[in-house]
Amino acid sequence: MFELLGVPPQALFGQVLLGLINGSFYAILSLGLAVIFGLLNIINFTHGAQYMMGAFVAWMCLNYLGLNYWAALLLAPIIVGATGVAIERLLLKRIAHLDHLYGLLLTFGLALIIQGLFRNQYGSSGLPYAIPPQLTGGQNLGFMFLPNYRAWVIVASLVVCLGTWFLIEKTKLGAYLRAATENPTLTQAFGINVPLLVTLTYGFGVALAAFAGVLAAPIYSVNPNMGGDLIIVVFAVVVIGGMGSIMGAIVTGFSLGLIEGLTKVFYPEGAATVIFVIMVLVLLVKPAGLFGRAA
Amino acid sequence: MTDLASTDAAGSGLALSETDDSTARLHRNLFIAIAAVLVVAPFVAYPIFVMKVLCFALFALAFNLLLGYGGLLSFGHAAYFGMASYVSAYTAKHWGLTPELAILLGTAVGAVLGLVFGALAIRRQGIYFAMITLALAQMVFFFSLQTPRFTGGEDGIQAVPRGKFLGLISLADDRALYWLVAAIFLGGLLLIYRVIHSPFGQVCKAIRDNEPRAISLGYRANQYKLMVFVLSATLAGLAGATKAIVFQLASLTDVYWTMSGEVVLMTLVGGLGTVFGPIVGAIVIVAMQNYLATLGAWVTVVQGVIFVLCVLLFREGIVGVIAKAIKKPL
Amino acid sequence: MQLKTILATTALATLMAAPALAQQITVKAGVLNDRSGLYADLAGEGSVIAARMAVEDFKAAEKGIKVEIVSADHQNKPDVGSTITRQWYDQDGVDLILDVPTSSVALAVSQITKEKNKVHINSGAGTSDLSGKACSPNTIHWTYDTYALAQGTGGAMVKAGGDSWFFMTADYAFGHALERDASATVTKNGGKVVGAVRTPFPGTDFSSFLLQAQASKAKVIGLANAGSDTTNAIKQAGEFGIVAGGQKLAGLLVFLTDVHSLGLQAAQGLVLTESFYWDRDDGTRAWSERFAKLNGGKKPTMVQAGVYSGLLHYLKAVEATKSKDSATVMAKMKEMPTEDPLFGKGSIRPNGRKMHDMYLYEVKKPSESKGPWDYYKQVSVLPAEQAFQPLAETGCSLVK
Repeated sequence: MFELLGVPPQALFGQVLLGLINGSFYAILSLGLAVIFGLLNIINFTHGAQYMMGAFVAWMCLNYLGLNYWAALLLAPIIVGATGVAIERLLLKRIAHLDHLYGLLLTFGLALIIQGLFRNQYGSSGLPYAIPPQLTGGQNLGFMFLPNYRAWVIVASLVVCLGTWFLIEKTKLGAYLRAATENPTLTQAFGINVPLLVTLTYGFGVALAAFAGVLAAPIYSVNPNMGGDLIIVVFAVVVIGGMGSIMGAIVTGFSLGLIEGLTKVFYPEGAATVIFVIMVLVLLVKPAGLFGRAA
Repeated sequence: MTDLASTDAAGSGLALSETDDSTARLHRNLFIAIAAVLVVAPFVAYPIFVMKVLCFALFALAFNLLLGYGGLLSFGHAAYFGMASYVSAYTAKHWGLTPELAILLGTAVGAVLGLVFGALAIRRQGIYFAMITLALAQMVFFFSLQTPRFTGGEDGIQAVPRGKFLGLISLADDRALYWLVAAIFLGGLLLIYRVIHSPFGQVCKAIRDNEPRAISLGYRANQYKLMVFVLSATLAGLAGATKAIVFQLASLTDVYWTMSGEVVLMTLVGGLGTVFGPIVGAIVIVAMQNYLATLGAWVTVVQGVIFVLCVLLFREGIVGVIAKAIKKPL
Repeated sequence: MQLKTILATTALATLMAAPALAQQITVKAGVLNDRSGLYADLAGEGSVIAARMAVEDFKAAEKGIKVEIVSADHQNKPDVGSTITRQWYDQDGVDLILDVPTSSVALAVSQITKEKNKVHINSGAGTSDLSGKACSPNTIHWTYDTYALAQGTGGAMVKAGGDSWFFMTADYAFGHALERDASATVTKNGGKVVGAVRTPFPGTDFSSFLLQAQASKAKVIGLANAGSDTTNAIKQAGEFGIVAGGQKLAGLLVFLTDVHSLGLQAAQGLVLTESFYWDRDDGTRAWSERFAKLNGGKKPTMVQAGVYSGLLHYLKAVEATKSKDSATVMAKMKEMPTEDPLFGKGSIRPNGRKMHDMYLYEVKKPSESKGPWDYYKQVSVLPAEQAFQPLAETGCSLVK
């Protein structure tokens, strides 16, 4: 049988698909970061913690309120997004006039607080969250067994990513947003409430993180530490894609998931490092990232 | 990027009174006071605790040199600290080097690593710089994780012999080792102080405050930045290498990204861009970790709260506030 | 350590206030474990509760032994652990350290304990090196080790027909040690290892590796990992229909709390080895009942049970020798047979290995379980002599 570097092509197809599924999470998370960075110029270090909160809110909805996965998929982003709005109004606003690095430090501190509180309350071994009954089981695609839930992840994330792209690039609201990114003072002068726009944008970016968290809950364990290490990888994804570029974040998210997936086949030990290596290479060649504009 | 350091440094009136005589006298007295405290400390406090504080203080000083005077926020200083600590521990344990040679070798590795990473990173600014340093440090972390033959994997290099200083004086006793560590710390502090107040340091500050202007004056900004970067990495390496001998252990904690975050916190608490701030910051954070050790996850929460409060209300840090109050740079 | 100073002063005050008991021995035991991270649930505060129960059950006060218990969080980091250990021994007058999960920290603690000539009774860590090439006259390894787990799970599965194995190994020293011990057992029992993959540690997504394991057609997939790596891998194996497809999962290090966090739906059918399960007999049930009341309803893990049993045995030795001199107490502990309701009768080998039976369990189906914490059914008992590494093979320098 024809083999590529010792791996049969069917197995490779499976791995490509799995890589894309993981890429879905990178894409949604880096999209949220990119949206926030675009308007607030803040690297949101709390993003990982907010992703974790999304998963926990889903768990709480189920265990305290008896609400199922689908309700949580809608509610968790709203709830976590609301906490994001509060964070922006109460904290980030105060340092908006300072260097963005203060934003990085502030959100880093917030991430520590949130993770610590959840760890105190729920321990660290993680909580179970079942796959919704409508999506259990899977399809045999011939080259692999694809669980229905994973297929759903990829569809849901594509819809959300493209929807966000459409919202920002093709609608009037998006036009205001882009205008405010380019020149906040002038946009304000045109009668647009820029501070409100900033607050809502942060809330929306956070809601995206929470959405990814709910998507992740049934396949990864709901764990206070689930966002901590992921966030560093997502940072790298954002930097590679080019900070602030919406399409850049989506495309890079999916393709890095793919590359990471292939690394897991050919050199599993390097799977955790490969994204950082790519990041260094990209920055050497294209400082502003693959899709970014030179600052 | 520039505003980060300048809001603090210039805000406390640092640039104004540097040649001021009374300031020089104040600094000299402070150095005498620090030396006096160093002499008394091991008799009053637990020597290992004091040595830990000194190692971290040196680490924070090194970091602050880059941020406060080079205007570059590195989020990957754990790489130099940790790698130097591995080299120092490895050579002391497996090659049987005397402690001072092991520390020197570790420091040298910190310097080389700083040169390579610095050359890559200084080409970018601000957030990109922070992210690149973070990514490079993560690569060092994965390297350390995957070369257990050298680093001992997650076990770290344990039971590192303290050995004999110059092959003569045994350092097995905590106090004996303490004098070596105190001397290293004081040497590092004096070196940093000299660098900041040298013509080289002045140029660095000029670049930090206004890079295009410094370039137009004929300074090769990137060379200066690289030199500060390497110096900072070297001193971070010195701190890490010393820590390995003190604790007889080099472990993954020292190369993990949270270590990079911790040194930022120390510097922020003590006062960005002040000479003495990082020392105070290191004392506060190390003491806090020690006293709160029984509280488990609350330590993280408390650290996070300190981070947030510092950024919101207290950007000058402890020493920065004092400097403002007495209207003298510290 | 402010809290501890206060404790110490109160202890001192009580001592002074009771001059009549001047003869009494004061023992200070430190429970050092993970209180905030991955292993906080299987050790953590529960181990401190277990230690207090040991003091209570021993009726220490009546026997003229005053026991004080302190605790700290080592965060699974050898540097944090060794700092606390040094401080406890140098500054705070701690006589013995209990628990210490996470092998890397345990090795560091054991080494400092030897240097300072104190006592370390380890319950939480897995590495068989603690009683092997890193053995120490001052350390007892109480509850389990990687060798015994591999013997239990590996041996049993091969005998049950699972003779071809594929390992998913967390890419760090402990994962490699688990794989090494388990593949030795598999081969020794006539099975064969068809492949292995090293997964980045810690990992969240194992689907890619599971597909590789599936493609290997091995009958058993050995999970040489721990904590959330294991739970994630098991969860995802269910999702990808690995178990439904006829391959079996073997968890080489799975605790009761892991099964609890997975839920029976995901964990059912998993085969694992433990030295203690709360629902084994009347003795363990009664003790676990009391423990659960103090621990927010959570049943004890074998690690927590081991802390209880180890401290109890130490106190017996102190009582017998009327001394807390490390060498004297260690000699007595190794000489006396061990006995308690949790682990039954046992002994301690010269290399510091505590000997007791190990049990092979299978995780129940949701339909078989009566409710939370009713998770295991016993498959077989592995006598101590078979479970633990033969003394001569340990490579311990204390064995002549």
